[in-house]
Amino acid sequence: MPRHLARATIYFVLVLLAVAYLVPLAVVALNSVRSTEDILQTSLIGLPRTLVWANFSRTWSSYCIAEHCAGIRPYFLNSLEMTIPATIVSTLLGTLNGYSLALWRFRGDVWVFGVITLGVFLPEQMKLVPWVIVLRDLGLFNTIEGLVLIHIVQGLSFTTLFCRNYYTSIPIDLLKAARIDGAGFFRIFWRIILPLSPPILIVTVIWQFTGIWNEYLYGVTFSAGEQQPITAALIALSAHVSEAPNYGEQSAAVLLAAAPTLLVYLFGGRYFLRGLTSGAVK
Amino acid sequence: MSALRIRDVWKRYGHLPVLKGIDLDIDNGEFTILVGPSGCGKSTLLNIIAGLDSASQGTVEIGGRSMDDVASKDRNIAMVFQSYALYPSMTVRQNMTFGMECRQVPKRQQIEAVDRVARLLQIEALLDRKPSQLSGGQRQRVAMGRALVRDPLLFLFDEPLSNLDAKLRVEMRMEIKLLHARLGSTIVYVTHDQIEAMTLATRIAVMHQGEVQQFADPDTVYNRPANMFVARFMGAPPMNTLPARLEAENGRLWAVLGDGAVRLPAPATPGGMSDVGREVVLGIRPECIAEQDRRFDSDPASTLLLDIPVEMTEPTGAETIVLLRLAGDKALGRVSPDIRLRAGSIARFAVDTRKICLFDPQTEQLIT
Repeated sequence: MPRHLARATIYFVLVLLAVAYLVPLAVVALNSVRSTEDILQTSLIGLPRTLVWANFSRTWSSYCIAEHCAGIRPYFLNSLEMTIPATIVSTLLGTLNGYSLALWRFRGDVWVFGVITLGVFLPEQMKLVPWVIVLRDLGLFNTIEGLVLIHIVQGLSFTTLFCRNYYTSIPIDLLKAARIDGAGFFRIFWRIILPLSPPILIVTVIWQFTGIWNEYLYGVTFSAGEQQPITAALIALSAHVSEAPNYGEQSAAVLLAAAPTLLVYLFGGRYFLRGLTSGAVK
Repeated sequence: MSALRIRDVWKRYGHLPVLKGIDLDIDNGEFTILVGPSGCGKSTLLNIIAGLDSASQGTVEIGGRSMDDVASKDRNIAMVFQSYALYPSMTVRQNMTFGMECRQVPKRQQIEAVDRVARLLQIEALLDRKPSQLSGGQRQRVAMGRALVRDPLLFLFDEPLSNLDAKLRVEMRMEIKLLHARLGSTIVYVTHDQIEAMTLATRIAVMHQGEVQQFADPDTVYNRPANMFVARFMGAPPMNTLPARLEAENGRLWAVLGDGAVRLPAPATPGGMSDVGREVVLGIRPECIAEQDRRFDSDPASTLLLDIPVEMTEPTGAETIVLLRLAGDKALGRVSPDIRLRAGSIARFAVDTRKICLFDPQTEQLIT
């Protein structure tokens, strides 16, 4: 039965790849409930002898990071304070941009769209120095607000691209009808376009949330000490590994830091895939 | 009073003109149809009337008021779109009230207007549904309802029936005609379907390549087409156009086809006998060539009997279309449905000579 054999081979390879991708998560998850002695005495890879849930509470509120013993909680909150407003604002601006670029054609709109989406292809490192200057001049260096500003501006390229491509599938007659009915730019947006937008809003929110939460380079570059987001703080935490390894607590910290994006994926993943492939009007 | 006046309207995209100096005067209560093949500029003209597109040059007046710098919403018009353009996230009722809401019409009046129009169009049962829950015909009705709640100076229809299947299209066509008769509204209606134009219009503007070829009532457009384009575009099957030469005999003009084998009495031309020898194009509608015992008029002189070779027949059920070879050129005739003529045979036909048209072969304009 060559067809069954082919099918079996495909599944075997797929399962193998899935396992390979999941191993790091599994190792971290297992280590997060093992004691450091357990890990040191046996191996980094292994099942917990006893479940040590205290790793989580310690790493959350009392673990010392860079001489500062308040756990990862403040950094976690920093990340939330940075990610939530940046996600909301960049998504809303992206929908407005996409709406005007897709449905209100104006002279030079193709160029404006081209310049905005160019941002998608510019590497982060290239923009470091310009951002240093901007943050310095605005007095936002080493502040959460500074990072929020960066992520809103950087995020616009993606959110505009997503929304504009989604809105081009909206029939232009809908806009003509609304204009004759007497609706203006913003009324059409609120009453007609936004109600058609949930699929693309979900896509951009998930994309922005995970992207901003996981972002690292700007986090370490533009913030220090207590202003750092969790991705930057994790590095400071592992910097101490050589002196006093605390694999259990560190694994718990990694897991906590990854939790929001994992949850977003678990609850929103299928909407994400659906939204990427759907059109605006059935 | 003139409901709509269009003066010398041009539209250019870059250097490419798509409308070349359109002039139209439309009276109150008229049902005007803009008809033409795709790309003739009819939809562009409708969009300019609606204010959704701007003219490169020229003026549009609605109800005697110049529409320069007047936004679509302030033109007191309502439009029905080919795609219906119903707002997908709103119910039928909300679709109908959205415009009134934008114009801040009091709630009571909105409810009354919706009730009145819903009753008129028999869509009361649909008011709380979303457009996605409606069939094509129902959506079409709702789209008309959304226009009717406004009670505007001018209704604009952009190919409103072309997304319906054939049966529904005929039904809706009749309903639109009844509605117009009942409401007496002024309508400008765009279509590429010449049957819709003939059946609905009080006046037809036939458009081609950005110009109005003829603007007249349906009978005139059909029987006295202004040029050969109109002659061939209106009517299915189209008018036969055959090269001919004018000759004099017994003190009147005759159109001689081919090498002289076929002679048809020509209508009087403005040039009279001085047109003898002139090359023309003779236009004759297929229904003017019928089986031999058909009489078109009480005057037997209007009917001429001719023997013509039959090349092919197409029975349609209601009639039979015959492809003939008339003095060497192809021509179509329409005979009774029960008549079966053998391909390759020669049969005798009755020809209605009253409605023969003559065109100038160079300018393609109607001579008479």
